[in-house]
Amino acid sequence: MTHEILLAGFGGQGILFAGKILAYSGLMDEKEVSWLPSYGPEMRGGTCNCSVCISDDPIGSPLVLDPSILVVMNTPSMEKFAGNVKPGGVIVSDSTMVDVRTDRTDVKAFYIPATELAQKNDLAGGANIILLGKLFRETGIVSAETFKKAIEKVVPAKKAALAANNLKAVQIGMDYEG
Amino acid sequence: MERNLMKGNEALAEAAIRAGCKCFFGYPITPQTEISAYLAKRFRQAGGVFLQAESEIAAINMVYGAAASGVRAMTSSSSPGVSLKSEGISYIAGADLPCVIINVQRGGPGLGGIQPSQADYWQATKALGHGDFQLLVFAPCSVQEMVDTVTKAFDLADKYRMPAMILADGLLGQMMEPVTFPEIKANPPEKPWATNGHGGRREHNIVNSLYLQPDVLEKSVQERFKRYDEIKANHAEAEMYLTDDAEIVVTAYGATARVAKSAVNMAREQGIKAGLIRPITLWPFPVKQMNEGTKNAKTIICVEMSMGQMIDDVKLAINCSKPVEFFGRTGGVIPKPSEVLEEIKKYNKGGAK
Repeated sequence: MTHEILLAGFGGQGILFAGKILAYSGLMDEKEVSWLPSYGPEMRGGTCNCSVCISDDPIGSPLVLDPSILVVMNTPSMEKFAGNVKPGGVIVSDSTMVDVRTDRTDVKAFYIPATELAQKNDLAGGANIILLGKLFRETGIVSAETFKKAIEKVVPAKKAALAANNLKAVQIGMDYEG
Repeated sequence: MERNLMKGNEALAEAAIRAGCKCFFGYPITPQTEISAYLAKRFRQAGGVFLQAESEIAAINMVYGAAASGVRAMTSSSSPGVSLKSEGISYIAGADLPCVIINVQRGGPGLGGIQPSQADYWQATKALGHGDFQLLVFAPCSVQEMVDTVTKAFDLADKYRMPAMILADGLLGQMMEPVTFPEIKANPPEKPWATNGHGGRREHNIVNSLYLQPDVLEKSVQERFKRYDEIKANHAEAEMYLTDDAEIVVTAYGATARVAKSAVNMAREQGIKAGLIRPITLWPFPVKQMNEGTKNAKTIICVEMSMGQMIDDVKLAINCSKPVEFFGRTGGVIPKPSEVLEEIKKYNKGGAK
């Protein structure tokens, strides 16, 4: 089983960090993982994306072109990538930032106002993790426990407050109905 | 051993520290700058010297100096920067000095682009500078293999007193994968030729690449080529994947080999007898493995992120005894497994006629 995940949005929304947490979650579960950022001019202010593969087998190309899971945080990325999602795949969209919906009927799409929820809960910049929470709830690819371990691994102990915020954010995503 | 996620570039840098590298000289260029950044942060604490030179040319000449003094020295760059280093590399080869040079390739020619490429194969294996010389050229295909290659590159460079290159690309440099760092005891050999100060206790050593007498120069080049013969006989490496019964053999190295392997797996699922030969050393080229792995092949397909450079060595290795076809993307475009699969299917059909 291989999850090919594409995360896309604007630079500064935490796309690469969310991808990193996903990759570390796979690592915690003893899976094969890869993480590949876009590093072109887009990382300097435009759109930004990140490929993450989590698999039981060695990973071939780490570049995800036709994702089984798409996490989107801006409209251009939804327009660009929704069509490439594998049939039966999953789209998780930040509906505060993405003002279009996919017309695909062969994928499962979830719309969650992650940026708005982050602001309401005093978690500015936490929309990316709220989306991951929703993704975990709908797909079960990462358990709450694994996520916690991944956060502890990535966020240094002296920044415990940040770890707490991430755990709070993932819970908001997991609890979101809709 | 603990598995950690690391970017390829950072892993190369950490591996260099552990391999006993004591001097790094470089100049920033995308997509390999994380090597410099990592060493700038960590190297001093680890007992090494990190220096950002004023140019690539300065950096390679600093490597020349450090290598002459007998310490393990390294530089890294990406394609246009490696071109700038070529004069210095020729001098280092001419002076029989060991060092490691990393090229995290990007698209070319000229300034080209910053996305992954393999268009520096000819440069690395045939002509990195003027004169009769070769570099050891390693082509790892994962972050872990990059780590393991650094030690090997330093060891063989020291053993044979010649520069070694790790030929990576932007994809391998930028991606993160799990890595472990084996406990290795860096063990550089004695270097009795080093110009490292002797307090008058011995005859002084000279490091030089200038030989004005043709017969003396010829002898020095011939001696070097004897070492090259030994390397060719002992150090050519390749990964053979499902080649025993393969009728279609794909050859690819580095990041492209990962794409090719996915395509080979897809082809096998469709009942096509496909296999992969992945050269791990590009110089010396794995000639023996290429012949063994293609013994049942009807067609060989060389896949590269270039317009076709390694394909020359594949044809030479098998003495053009079988058709060698080419598929490549260039300019920073990464081939897709599905595209490589289409090529496999195309030639498999041709073979069955």
